[in-house]
Amino acid sequence: MRYLPHTEADVARMLKVIGAPAVEALFAHIPAAVRSQRPLDLGPALDEAALLDHLGEIAAQSRPAGAEGALSFLGAGLTPHHVPTAVDALLGRAEWYTSYTPYQPEISQGTLQAIFEFQTIVAELFGLGVANASMYDGASAAAEAILMAKRVTGRGHAVISAGLHPHYVATAETYLSGLTDSFQLAPLDDRTGRTTLSELGEVSCLVVQSPNYWGVVEDLPALAQAAHARGALLVVATTEPLAYGALESPGACGADIACGEGIGLATGPSLGGPGVGLFAARTEHTRKLPGRLIGETVDHQGRRGYVLTLATREQHIRREQATSNICTNQGLIALAFTIHLCLLGRRGWRELSALNLAKAEYAKRQLASLRGFSLRYTAPTFNEFALRVRGGDAARAVEKLAEHNLFAGVAENDTLLVSVTEKHRKGDIDRLVKELNEVLP
Amino acid sequence: MKRAQPIETRQLLHSEPPIFEQGSPGRSGASLPPLDVPAVDPVAHFGALARAADPELAEVSEVEVTRHFTRLSRWNYAIDIGLYPLGSCTMKYNPKVNERVARWPGFAGLHPAQPPSSLQGALALMWSLERLLCEIGGFARATLQPAAGAHGELAGLMMIRAYHQDRGRHPTQVLIPDSAHGTNPASCTLNGFTTVPLKTGADGLLDLDALRAAANGETAALMITNPSTLGLFEERIAEIAEVVHRAGGLVYMDGANLNALLGKVRPGTTGVDVMHINLHKTFTTPHGGGGPGSGPVGVVAALEPFLPTPTIEKEGTSYRIEYARPKSVGRLRSFFGNFGMHVRAYTYIREMGGEGLTRATEMAVLNANYLRARLQGAFPLAYDRPSMHEVVFTDKRLKKETGVQTLDVAKRLMDYGYHPPTIYFPLPAVTGGAGALMIEPTETETPETLDAFADALLSIVEEAVENPQLVKDAPHQTAIGRLDETLAARKPRLRWTKQSST
Repeated sequence: MRYLPHTEADVARMLKVIGAPAVEALFAHIPAAVRSQRPLDLGPALDEAALLDHLGEIAAQSRPAGAEGALSFLGAGLTPHHVPTAVDALLGRAEWYTSYTPYQPEISQGTLQAIFEFQTIVAELFGLGVANASMYDGASAAAEAILMAKRVTGRGHAVISAGLHPHYVATAETYLSGLTDSFQLAPLDDRTGRTTLSELGEVSCLVVQSPNYWGVVEDLPALAQAAHARGALLVVATTEPLAYGALESPGACGADIACGEGIGLATGPSLGGPGVGLFAARTEHTRKLPGRLIGETVDHQGRRGYVLTLATREQHIRREQATSNICTNQGLIALAFTIHLCLLGRRGWRELSALNLAKAEYAKRQLASLRGFSLRYTAPTFNEFALRVRGGDAARAVEKLAEHNLFAGVAENDTLLVSVTEKHRKGDIDRLVKELNEVLP
Repeated sequence: MKRAQPIETRQLLHSEPPIFEQGSPGRSGASLPPLDVPAVDPVAHFGALARAADPELAEVSEVEVTRHFTRLSRWNYAIDIGLYPLGSCTMKYNPKVNERVARWPGFAGLHPAQPPSSLQGALALMWSLERLLCEIGGFARATLQPAAGAHGELAGLMMIRAYHQDRGRHPTQVLIPDSAHGTNPASCTLNGFTTVPLKTGADGLLDLDALRAAANGETAALMITNPSTLGLFEERIAEIAEVVHRAGGLVYMDGANLNALLGKVRPGTTGVDVMHINLHKTFTTPHGGGGPGSGPVGVVAALEPFLPTPTIEKEGTSYRIEYARPKSVGRLRSFFGNFGMHVRAYTYIREMGGEGLTRATEMAVLNANYLRARLQGAFPLAYDRPSMHEVVFTDKRLKKETGVQTLDVAKRLMDYGYHPPTIYFPLPAVTGGAGALMIEPTETETPETLDAFADALLSIVEEAVENPQLVKDAPHQTAIGRLDETLAARKPRLRWTKQSST
């Protein structure tokens, strides 16, 4: 057993020091009534070659949209980008992935400084003063934003745009289910695809996703004004942070909290996890934030260093009065996000964003000009857009093309949601247009 | 000559400024494809919503990025560098084969919106992992959705609330021993429950009389950690469960310490109704400097209807994703959980098999008891009962005799080349101003490593007697000294700015 170093001689020597006759004696105080009555039945142990064969067989039973030979326009909350080789090469250093939460700063400066840089990048992208060290994912980050808005405003009712990703809405519903809080949905305008607001009332916050689930860019300044007029916070969620390379940041548009999902820029899609929840807010709300924060300080010789800070908000200090129960977060994926954003830099971020916009606009025009398709909404989009499919059944078209490893988009009733990024060459887009045109009766 | 000496640290270690202070305007480490379609002007496209100014990102080449993050990595301690005996954190070795497998396109390249027919391997793996965890834990079903242990607690408590509501009951309280992790009470609050603390008994175990006095019709659940954070097996677990059940409540077990029980105790058969499992502790998925984790939750049959959506179901030889679950507590996050962690845990379990996992538990307990035997002469035990996978010492004697405290010992351990254990936890061990050292060596450490670590601690005790200031000023060998945490909290600098760099 290669991970268990003990020889029988080791065991014998250790038992002697302990003063126990056998290993089993160390378990003798556990009452027989609660002891296992039979050995674990988990299948035979596998040597490494057999293990790789077994896992290889399992892997081969899926047809990954992200593999060679496949062409995918799947997005809908997870937009895969090209992640440079250097990201995973650096992530593979054991100093990153086999370390724990940086509780001992003198020997954890690597993680602490990297996450400090992550906080800086997230705050910059969202145009807000402070960002935390990450949340589980975009959905739980949005739910935590609603809880934070309650701490800031003292109000328990939220309004959520119907353009928020359905998983995020469902997660918010689950998070609020044990509390006295509630929310209502603000519908989308059927023509533009943007959130429409009737009278807001005394609510804690308005939660909107931009670009929203259907890819539509929301008019954030107008929504901020409407929320602030009633003393509510504007929470902006995003499943595609890259949009803010081309779009004015949530903070500049008036958002009080911004949150989102960074998986598409950090790592492979990995069936949706692990990703990284992004979370930022206005500086005056710092002490209401959920999750960990890294701060800059000095050591006794005045050298710059970093520590976990403002921990009196957190569960290990404040227990039932903590701002959140989160402990383990998504640190390693936050690191991957950080490395990629550093590789891109200011210029790369802007250019990558421009590439996505241009490719998606090209695809949008080509597809909307087909006889069987029309644009679902009129408001501008970034790198994802919704098409209405003539005849109604978008799912059937998608399933048919998926048989040939062309994942054309995400279908819901008569609507097809198509995501186009820098990964798609013009020829890929032209192929999508051609095959979608042919598959429709 | 002492038993052990501080390590020599003569390696080049570069001080590394924030990446934002490096590079040159206009520089980039990006490799982007050419634009092969007509350009779109963001201002023309988005109007006033177009971004006016770029975010202040770094402007560096790939070489600079590589050096920066390589240099930073070297400022980290890690399991692959040495013993990492954080109690309750189970810092065992993370097998390399797990990392390889999780990166295969057949797992890492899967998009969650693919048709289920193209995801059969992934669904099979999740279905099988659920079965394996249920066999290990003694449960009927499990959800793999929670992203970490605390997220699992949230899920478990929600299922408990839904269970009661389904029976027309609305109990409001959760009983929590004072030795519990801080996440337990925090998860209760997030769930709308009030918490009732239970004081640990004089023997270090949960006090049955205190439990009997506290359990009543308002009791939704007891949250118990077994073995407790004191490293002690709750020997009265069957009676405890009976008391809670008789009051109408359910028993939630924090499975953070499941590493002590593999093949020995299946918690679901001891009266426990719900338990979360930290894949990043017991099942070797890496901690990644703070995450990602994964916190599957096992439940007994009575709680199955309330599992989060979706679940994975097997029909004949194929697998499907089940969303129609009318009594479910709902969804806890996007997609299917931290799938990459599921792949790693599954790989580990299949490599070890039942016998291997049982042996892992035996060696984990052997290692903890060995350290206990080596150290209990110098450090009094918090509670003198049989230890499982971890052992909790106090600094009572050392502090009284030398003025040196737990924090000093922890910092001095770094000079000897070790990550310190968990300190000042759990609460019952630190009453009356004592400090606690909570040591969990895990099964993957050799006895030679344990001997060297014990020698280091014993040498530090000698140092504390001869030259207490040496220990109080530690660490001396690290590249940076004790950091001013008060300053960090008083004047928070939570992001880099141009001003803060001067």
